[in-house]
Amino acid sequence: MAKITMTVNGKEHSGEAEGRTLLVDFIRGELGLTGTHVGCDTSQCGACVVHVNGESVKSCSVFAQACDGAQIATIEGVQNNDGTLNVLQAAFQEHHGLQCGFCTPGMVMSASELLKVNAAPSEAEIREWLKGNICRCTGYHNIVKAVQSAAATMAGAAQAAE
Amino acid sequence: MPKDGGIGASVVRREDTRFLKGKGRYTDDMNRPGQTYAYILRSSLAHATLNNVDTAAASAAPGVIRVFTGEDITAAGLGGVPCGWQITDKHGDPMKEPLHPILAVGKVRHVGDPIAVVVAETYEQARDAAELIDVDMTDLPAVVNMRTAETSGHQVHEEAPDNVCYDWELGDKEGTDAAFANAHHITTLEFINNRLVANPMEPRCALGDYDENDEHYTLYTTSQNPHVIRLLMGAFVLNIPEHKLRVYAPDVGGGFGSKIYHYAEEAFVTWASKQIRRPVKWTADRSEAFISDAHGRDHVTKAELAMDAEGKFLGLRADTYANMGAYLSTFAPCVPTWLHATLLAGQYTTPMVHARVRAMFTNTVPVDAYRGAGRPEATYLLERIINKAAQEIGLDQAEIRRRNFIRTFPYDTPVALQYDTGDYDATLNAVMETADYAGFEARRAEAASRGKLRGIGLSCYIEACGIAPSALVGALGARAGLYEAATIRVNPTGSVSVMTGAHSHGQGHETTFAQVVSDALGIPADQIEIIHGDTDKIPFGMGTYGSRSLAVGGSAIVKAVDKVVAKGKKIAAHLLEAAESDIIFEDGQYKVAGTDKAKAFAEISLAAYVPHNYPIDEIEPGLEETAFYDPKNFTYPAGSYLCEVEVDPETGKVEIVAMTASDDFGNIVNPMIVEGQVHGGLAQGIGQALLENCAYDEHGQLVSGSFMDYAMPLAVDLPNFVVETVEGTPCTHNPLGVKGCGEAGAIGSPPALINAVVDAIKGYGIDHIDMPATSLNVWTTIQNASAKQAAE
Amino acid sequence: MYAFDLARPADLAGAVATLQTEGAQALGGGQTLIPVLKQRLSQPSVLVDLSGIDSMKGIRRAGEFLIIGGGTTHGTVAGSAEVASSIPAITALASKIGDPQVRNRGTIGGSVANNDPAACYPSAVMALGATVETNKREIAAEEFFQGLYTTSLEEGEIVTAVKFPIPVAATYQKFEQPASRFSLTSVFLAKMGDGSVRVGVTGAGADGVFRHAGLEAALSSDFSAAAVDGVSVDAAMMSNDLHATPEYRAHLVKVMTKRAVAALS
Repeated sequence: MAKITMTVNGKEHSGEAEGRTLLVDFIRGELGLTGTHVGCDTSQCGACVVHVNGESVKSCSVFAQACDGAQIATIEGVQNNDGTLNVLQAAFQEHHGLQCGFCTPGMVMSASELLKVNAAPSEAEIREWLKGNICRCTGYHNIVKAVQSAAATMAGAAQAAE
Repeated sequence: MPKDGGIGASVVRREDTRFLKGKGRYTDDMNRPGQTYAYILRSSLAHATLNNVDTAAASAAPGVIRVFTGEDITAAGLGGVPCGWQITDKHGDPMKEPLHPILAVGKVRHVGDPIAVVVAETYEQARDAAELIDVDMTDLPAVVNMRTAETSGHQVHEEAPDNVCYDWELGDKEGTDAAFANAHHITTLEFINNRLVANPMEPRCALGDYDENDEHYTLYTTSQNPHVIRLLMGAFVLNIPEHKLRVYAPDVGGGFGSKIYHYAEEAFVTWASKQIRRPVKWTADRSEAFISDAHGRDHVTKAELAMDAEGKFLGLRADTYANMGAYLSTFAPCVPTWLHATLLAGQYTTPMVHARVRAMFTNTVPVDAYRGAGRPEATYLLERIINKAAQEIGLDQAEIRRRNFIRTFPYDTPVALQYDTGDYDATLNAVMETADYAGFEARRAEAASRGKLRGIGLSCYIEACGIAPSALVGALGARAGLYEAATIRVNPTGSVSVMTGAHSHGQGHETTFAQVVSDALGIPADQIEIIHGDTDKIPFGMGTYGSRSLAVGGSAIVKAVDKVVAKGKKIAAHLLEAAESDIIFEDGQYKVAGTDKAKAFAEISLAAYVPHNYPIDEIEPGLEETAFYDPKNFTYPAGSYLCEVEVDPETGKVEIVAMTASDDFGNIVNPMIVEGQVHGGLAQGIGQALLENCAYDEHGQLVSGSFMDYAMPLAVDLPNFVVETVEGTPCTHNPLGVKGCGEAGAIGSPPALINAVVDAIKGYGIDHIDMPATSLNVWTTIQNASAKQAAE
Repeated sequence: MYAFDLARPADLAGAVATLQTEGAQALGGGQTLIPVLKQRLSQPSVLVDLSGIDSMKGIRRAGEFLIIGGGTTHGTVAGSAEVASSIPAITALASKIGDPQVRNRGTIGGSVANNDPAACYPSAVMALGATVETNKREIAAEEFFQGLYTTSLEEGEIVTAVKFPIPVAATYQKFEQPASRFSLTSVFLAKMGDGSVRVGVTGAGADGVFRHAGLEAALSSDFSAAAVDGVSVDAAMMSNDLHATPEYRAHLVKVMTKRAVAALS
């Protein structure tokens, strides 16, 4: 066991972790942030995607101790400060990009990184980017629409700001 | 125009807000004070005698609280996992129903069969200790292939000779034989319906919590129907009366059938929490899910279709082997029988149908309903053999169907169903128009210029949803009625709590049901709360599966609303000093017909709870009504799907270039949600037809035991879908006129896709390919056909 | 997972020292090793996390070589302007590994050291005749890969960099396994400065990554699809599983090679 500290959604948290404790188990168990989910054990489904130091990672495939001192962003920190859904979250709701909701946090965390590195992704680019996120409910159609719509909204907002 | 937020409006889902914020509450998110963790040691062998399980070292390991084996379960006198449906075979005898123990005793019968459970302070401690359990087993030959299970010489269960669970038939055998004797042409097709794993993204989880003071148990579980779990587990396994047992399924992360059933783990954690006087939690990881969740499909069928010279169907014969796996899961026996053979008329007037189904025990994971449950298998059978027939007699795939459509309703099929309504030409015409069927040959030629083989495949499905009239299913062997219950609690200031026995695992009931109630009561949806999933709060329920929630659960809600309004009218009549028969209720107002006198819904609600000035002896205070709705018939959604693919002949890789669905779901409450349900069904149907294959080797080892080998459809594998609903034919016998949409996509798409692939590669002399049409499968099929052509 | 200690050395010397511990094992990005640990197929006493060693990260051009540090992630390689201008086929290869999250963690050193028979990188290392640099020595590609999950790395030896000769042209043609999305059969084809053509194949071989002498000879004298057609690829040396027969893999070797030829023509 070792004591580790990380900044999660802007707040510093400390806790105990074994060498084998995965980041996802630390986030869910030690910090009680249960929005990050576990859907597989082969680093494939992406239900556990969070950001570590600004990059999306599968928190089931990173050790908690390896994130000592890191900046972590989880789904719980995505919404606007006033508690409303941010542009991407709102687009998922508007376009019915979720059903059971289990893969959704990982989808949002993955897609938010895409929109950071590619402000206007094509449909093919979105589908390719989401290779690490499995959704069993939606057939992805509406997820793709949601991401495209969020990109357009963000582009519109950026243009308006200029 | 739909009312704002009422029936017909694409209202965005209220439940999304919590899911998108990471505030959903799934079972594994629940934790109880003093909680312990269970790790289940499962069999690594498919078939073995269990000689001894030595738990001494494990019991002494750090953090271990108790280790349980099958002997403990036996000593405690617990029942086996019950089966909810009894099939009577063709000789009039009941199916073979061997004990399905909570933990294995004497023998293990599939890889994954639970042998022992370690309960410890942490999950890792439990798993560490499980390695110290010494299991003495003697390997036995495994029965894996259901086609040869009868003659394998090995028995999965002593009480099921030749591994036959039942040999069942439906339809007029002599009449069908006579139809074949007079046929102009007979088409034969032998095929498999591949075994699948449902794989909802949330793995199963169960948390048992025994309260010593009240002698009360709570089970938190990932379930599509908590009341059924309470009934089966309480009455048949643990002998706990209902008032001492709460089953609560909070948010459920997908199910697709696999979370209908009562599983051994649920009974175990509930029971064990009393043994150790602490809460016990078990959460499956994905690898464990693959060997412990009920699988789906898995049929081998020989089908024959008899036609006259014009391509009119005269008779259909189907001989199916259906895999039950090692034990009977809750609904397993009814899937290949009453949910499959009864659908073999499809959309067609085939006068004679005979089906034989042999259900086999094998040393594999139990098989049960998976999205569509029997109906995808029936649709695949029909829609494949029809395309093969069309190919053989040189008829267009749409034309052969048109020549055989049912056009008068109600229609009694030769396989026990009565279709109340439908318009199959409407969906066929719509899909052909939308997908530009007429322009296909030009697209095929264009693709050929790029070296691609393009094909188009049609499928016209019908399904039976809204299971089901209780008297009917009782006669067919169901051990429960399949009504649904609802309570409408009108609160004093006019807001409404709706308790429903249906339970969403992604369908959006909180939104759709609120729309139904909002529409009926004329109050805003935000004044309506939907409560589900908790046996302590809801009178009763049969749960969500078989596309029944709106058709049956929604109808129960409507019935309860009607009772509320009827009572409201009595109160209003008194307050408005009018005759009860003069009170009408519309737009949220109780009005005296022909006057401007009216009371708002909330005013009457308050009056119900503040009964100062009405006759208590005539009208009881309060405004809460419960209704049980038993459906009069199944509902019959139907539709036509067209799939277009391009095959790369060099690699065998299939690309879906278009998938167009045209459905008749009757009335629609929330078009956005309905479309989403079709999308999801399409993805799973495409998954079955193109990617997914649950494979065992000859020793009964699961070869595709993780996402590394079981191919789940990803975003890159799927096209954008074109989904449309026609101006439907409303269901004639439920108050909403709704039919059900949850399974359609998974039913209609596999034959459409395979028909398209066969159409693309028919130039090689190919008339069939089994699912899944992986690149390996397509390439190998082309190679074999080419070799055969070269030899001829 | 079995219990182990996680060591996070800040420099190579610290990592090498810790790896002397009995039962110690190196951890690159963990995208393959962690799932293996979850299945309890490996039981290290100490896992030495190499991700904190900055000297093992980075990409640089050194004359006719492109040198990628062993701790460099696939994502970094995929996004590197230096890689794109030197060997764009490696950009393409890295951007096709796994998914964005795997690429954000997985490293080239981890990939070659693991020598998964379906991994992408070994095909490039073989086809380009790259040199694997370790804390002890330089190892030629041919010598480095020793069959399935086996390399010539000694106990405690760490891949610090991979040094790729820069080809005249190269391309990576990936055909994915439908479930894992690893390579089912993929071909890395390179035209080298000396006029030779080299073909590295991953995903297909029963003994892991290999170069195909017949294809190389044929293409060195005639760089055309027709030349590929004339070569026999032996199914007997291919692996067999749920997703591909040896015959199918042998066939795909030629199909992917032809597509590589087309891409460079």
